[in-house]
Amino acid sequence: MNINLTLIGQLLTFVVFVWFTMKYVWTPIMGALEKRRKEIADGLAAGERGQHEQVLAQERAKEVLRDAKGQASDIVMQAQKRAAEIIDEAKVSARTEGERILTAAKAEIEQEVNRAREHLRERVAVLAIAGAEKILRKEISATAHQDIVDSLAREI
Amino acid sequence: MAGETITSSEYIKHHLTNLTYGNLPAGEFCDGHQVVSHAGWQLAECSEAAKAMGFNAIHLDTMFWSIVLGAIFLFIFKKAADVATSGVPGGLQNFAEWVIEFIDQSVRGSFAARNDLVAPLSLTIFIWIFLMNLMDLVPVDVIPKISMLLGIHFMKVVPTTDPNATFGMAIGVFLLVLFYSIKIKGVGGFVGELTLQPFSSSNPLVNALFIPINFILEFVSLIAKPVSLALRLFGNMYAGEMIFILIAIMYSAGTFLGLFGGVLQLGWAIFHILIITLQAFIFMTLTIVYLDMAHHEH
Repeated sequence: MNINLTLIGQLLTFVVFVWFTMKYVWTPIMGALEKRRKEIADGLAAGERGQHEQVLAQERAKEVLRDAKGQASDIVMQAQKRAAEIIDEAKVSARTEGERILTAAKAEIEQEVNRAREHLRERVAVLAIAGAEKILRKEISATAHQDIVDSLAREI
Repeated sequence: MAGETITSSEYIKHHLTNLTYGNLPAGEFCDGHQVVSHAGWQLAECSEAAKAMGFNAIHLDTMFWSIVLGAIFLFIFKKAADVATSGVPGGLQNFAEWVIEFIDQSVRGSFAARNDLVAPLSLTIFIWIFLMNLMDLVPVDVIPKISMLLGIHFMKVVPTTDPNATFGMAIGVFLLVLFYSIKIKGVGGFVGELTLQPFSSSNPLVNALFIPINFILEFVSLIAKPVSLALRLFGNMYAGEMIFILIAIMYSAGTFLGLFGGVLQLGWAIFHILIITLQAFIFMTLTIVYLDMAHHEH
């Protein structure tokens, strides 16, 4: 129960301990706690931000998908239209081509006919003259009656 | 005293005597065991000699145990602080953080001003007092017997049963209270707080008459802070220690009383766990409250 120098010794020890605790114990541990608190808060905020962004991204994705669908149907419609046009064009061109071929064929046929007619005419004239020559061998010469033969041949 | 049969009162007295090293005046002490021809620094061989040393003495056991326990506290917490990361904490860091958050909450709860000293101060007070009180749970004879074998006659292992230790801390707190009172309120504010309340009057003359009354009241309440702080802790621990010693006496009084003493000691030790924690907590809380009052302007 004696009060003595121990009192001063304890007081000094106490001061040293408090100083040590303040400097080397409290500050670093509180620092770590504070830092962790901040990191957790940051993490939560980042998570929330991420969720928000995900919602936005989903909406954007939906929009893009809707746009793409619209574009696709547009393209399909255009293609169909174009196909119909091509078919129409093909029909028209086929028809004109057919007509052209037909006309050409007709012209050729006519030419052939004309040529055959000419040929025939020449042959008929020759035949007529040969026939006439046989009949009129004696008194009629081909040169004398050339004009009659020509008029006959022209009548064919 | 080892090996000798001693009376109960000698046993108690022996247990309550500190290992005192001090300046012993010339004279004859301890029934002639310790004869001093020239005054000088030496170990006291009985409580009478220790008393005769007066203020010029130091309790080696109190100093030793308090410093060892404080060093253990600082070592563990320093280690926790060294490995402290903001990532996933380990076991030691978890423990340190748990204690520190508890202290921090207590400080935030009752300390309104901003002061970076108060929380570490509270942590030191709480853990240090708790560890010193904890020595009370070591059976009373174990460490004194061991030290007796090592040739040390007196060993009081619970520093908080030494008023020097409790007053040392209480005075440290009191100096801080004075320091912050003057720092926050100024010398005038502090003196005014001591002299101009609780009684005051609008009449200057009456007010002047109130000053001595106020001063006596406020001074007593100011001084009562460290005294109550120190004596409360000391009284609780001293009484607890005394009961452990009384129970320990029963062991030498036959089988039946010895067994009964064993049961009593277990019961008292379990109850004492509550007391040592509570006393550490009370000392810490009152320190916070006193410092908070020092920061308040009236």
